[in-house]
Amino acid sequence: MTQEELLEQIYKKDGKAFTALYDMYSKSLYGVIFNLLKDKEESEDVLQEVFVKIWKNIDSYNDSKGRFFTWILNIARNSAIDKLRSKGHKNSSKNLSSDNFVHILDHNTSVVNKIDAIGIKEFISKLKPKCIRLIDLLFFKGYTQQEASEELEIPLGTVKTQNRNCINDLRSYLQV
Amino acid sequence: MDIEEYIASGTLELYVFGLLTEDENREVKKIADEHQTVQAEILSIEKAVINLSHVVSPHLSSANYEKIRQQLIVKHSGESGVIQMQPKRGMAPYLGWAAAVVLMFGLALQYYKYNEANEQVRSVTAERSKFEQLTASLQQKNAKNETALNVLRDKASNVVPLAGQAVAPQAYATVYVNKDKNEIYVDISGLPKAPEGKVYQVWALKLDPLTPTSIGILSDATNTSGVFKVDNNNGAQAFGITLEPAGGSKSPTLDQLYTLGKV
Repeated sequence: MTQEELLEQIYKKDGKAFTALYDMYSKSLYGVIFNLLKDKEESEDVLQEVFVKIWKNIDSYNDSKGRFFTWILNIARNSAIDKLRSKGHKNSSKNLSSDNFVHILDHNTSVVNKIDAIGIKEFISKLKPKCIRLIDLLFFKGYTQQEASEELEIPLGTVKTQNRNCINDLRSYLQV
Repeated sequence: MDIEEYIASGTLELYVFGLLTEDENREVKKIADEHQTVQAEILSIEKAVINLSHVVSPHLSSANYEKIRQQLIVKHSGESGVIQMQPKRGMAPYLGWAAAVVLMFGLALQYYKYNEANEQVRSVTAERSKFEQLTASLQQKNAKNETALNVLRDKASNVVPLAGQAVAPQAYATVYVNKDKNEIYVDISGLPKAPEGKVYQVWALKLDPLTPTSIGILSDATNTSGVFKVDNNNGAQAFGITLEPAGGSKSPTLDQLYTLGKV
């Protein structure tokens, strides 16, 4: 199902739309949330919160705000960052950038995912370390170009194009 | 605008990542609507990052789906604007509908029975109030008759028979004058039924000179005994009954004099 077909179902108030929405995006959003929180239980709580938010506010989405995926990605990132900043979080907010999505692979414990992880690791290893850091900051953590340029000590003007090149690499590996 | 250059700028990546301002978003959307290559590029970028985040995600237990569904059902199903949830699988919804249908039938049956019972109560109540009215009127009538009978039986009552006159030679009537109680009754059961629009009027007469005084208009349709109470009149020397238009007359219509009798 494409995003457009999903949205059509949602606008038609089709009761099955929620299941489709969850099937399509839950893993991606969980990946983003976990990359920020580094705690499975907390991430599951936030993921639940995120889907409730999406469903509650779905009528306020329209495509002039951007892609639907981008809209729910923002909700997921913001909810995870809120959690991170909330009092008593297990990880200090200082560690926000110290880790990246590649390390998520080491946290995987299920047998099924371990087998998957071998293939994924191989594929990730093809990405340049610079790209992993850049995609991690911009996509997974929602850094601005300014913040990313400071964090990675690269010129602000090159952030956009460097990121473009990294995503191009990713696309060629994924063949999309 | 050079589309190749625009795509190469990296703006579309930031668009998908959600890092542009609202105005920039609208601008990208506008260009994508006009250029199929831009739209295709956006979809590819999106697919790439969805795949990336999907594969690096830890295992997500299916219990999460059920938890979220429950939360949405419990907390939000009643709110407006929120889409109603449907369970993923199972017979439960059908059982629910079946139960609802059974309940509906049950309710309809109960409602029907309730209406039926109500209807019965209503008709019984109406019947009863009819009987009550009938009883009351019978009691009233009985009391009147009782009183009339008492007057007729009273030794103090002076009985004045009134004989039929030219208009109705067969007619007769009786006046009972009770001096103790100062009451006068008249029994007109011997008179023909007054025609429509006419009433019998009773007159007390003084003879010298002849002075008629109306002591009653006998128009009570509910009176079936023929015995009427009329006004008292001391010193009446004779009584007469005439047929008068409805409502009675000021002076007797003498050619319609039905009965007459001296005290």
